Amino acid sequence: MNKKKKKIKITPIESGTVIDHVKSGHAMKVLKIIGVMDKQMNSIVSIAMNVNSSYGKKDIVKVENMELESDELDKISLISPRATVNIIRDFEVIKKHQVKLPEKVKGIVKCINNTCITNQNEPIESEFDVVGEDPVTLKCVYCEREMKGEEISENVI
Amino acid sequence: MVSKFDKKHVVSIKDFTREEINEILDIAKDMKEIAIGNKIDNSLNGKILGTLFFEPSTRTRLSFESAMKRLGGTCIGFARPGTSSVKKGETLADTIQVIASYVDIIVLRHPQEGAARLAAKFSEKPILNAGDGAGQHPTQTLLDLFTIKEEKGEIKNKKIGIAGDLKYGRTVHSLTHALSMYECDLTFIAPNALQIPDEIIKDIDRLGINYKKVENIKDVLSELDVLYMTRIQRERFPSEDEYLEVAETYNVKKNMLDNVNENLIIMHPLPRVDEISADVDETKHARYFQQAANGVPIRMALLKLLTEGYDE
Ligand SMILES: [Zn+2]
Repeated sequence: MNKKKKKIKITPIESGTVIDHVKSGHAMKVLKIIGVMDKQMNSIVSIAMNVNSSYGKKDIVKVENMELESDELDKISLISPRATVNIIRDFEVIKKHQVKLPEKVKGIVKCINNTCITNQNEPIESEFDVVGEDPVTLKCVYCEREMKGEEISENVI
Repeated sequence: MVSKFDKKHVVSIKDFTREEINEILDIAKDMKEIAIGNKIDNSLNGKILGTLFFEPSTRTRLSFESAMKRLGGTCIGFARPGTSSVKKGETLADTIQVIASYVDIIVLRHPQEGAARLAAKFSEKPILNAGDGAGQHPTQTLLDLFTIKEEKGEIKNKKIGIAGDLKYGRTVHSLTHALSMYECDLTFIAPNALQIPDEIIKDIDRLGINYKKVENIKDVLSELDVLYMTRIQRERFPSEDEYLEVAETYNVKKNMLDNVNENLIIMHPLPRVDEISADVDETKHARYFQQAANGVPIRMALLKLLTEGYDE
């Protein structure tokens, strides 16, 4: 009954992008948002989930040998407002960036309103105005329905 | 008169400033005599209005057609999707682009929220939203405002009670937004389960509007300048008994009007069910039929503004 708690060791990367302080359980969604799935990158992507930190549990996403654009990564703020983006070269953090909410969101999230025209088979992307920060609140440009917090992360396309 | 109106489409009342709304109401006033055939105006002669009704709404459609014809224009369109290409699965975006090339202006009614915003994106001709699902129905709100202005001289600072299903009623949400722009004093009259949603309260709080929520019409009737009744739908209630209890309270009868403000007007977007008894029709307070009639001059004003600009 005297098991020692195993510490999770996060291997540092030599160069690339580390997205830290991702809300725990949301790493896969972050991958979706930054488009890792579609981009067919050759980079090694690794994730760590439920890592202990001073703010409680968090997820970490590492993309090796790629420095991701920070405004592209700002979209992560929709599901994880406290995430930070670290650009690594030679094992050193050369740039640290706190994600910030964009004013508008196109695509990425599906409108929660089933009868919204964006959920029919129309040739348009979903589009939202960001109308609140805490909790993050999006307002559909088409049907004007608002969605916040978990509603947003559950509807990441 | 220099027009301040520079909108290409009419999608949501929220797109408009108070100045723009005032201009629409002023032009509608000029249209009143034409709307009833006392004056002739053929300024839209040769123009074609496309009426695309993806769900039926006979009154709204006829009111638009009447408005267009009173201005010398003509109409083509459909009253329900029926046999049109819509059934064959064509997107709204495609339908709109094709029809926009046949007409000068389009009136759209559609069961899905946001349809008019989408149409405006794809149409090279002006889109007039005649209701999109539970979304917006801006010409209803404009005719409501026009009615209050015509009857009261002005809208600003009036004491307005809005009664009925305030939770789901789209008419109510758009109207509340518009009345807040005119700094009206608002009373929301509804059973607790159907009270006005918090998001809307947040909006009017931000504008510093005076408002209160009550459950019983009788408690506030004597304070009001305008009582705006709306329908309470049976389907919203868990049981028939609960519905009947509420329906009883939300039925305005002639004998409730003894102590009201002499100039109180009672409005309703129609059709009514039990919200206003027929015996109210003969009182000096009833304005719902006038309100429905006002749909024509309002729609004339919009057709004029969107097709030719307006100058006198
Ligand atoms: Zn929507």
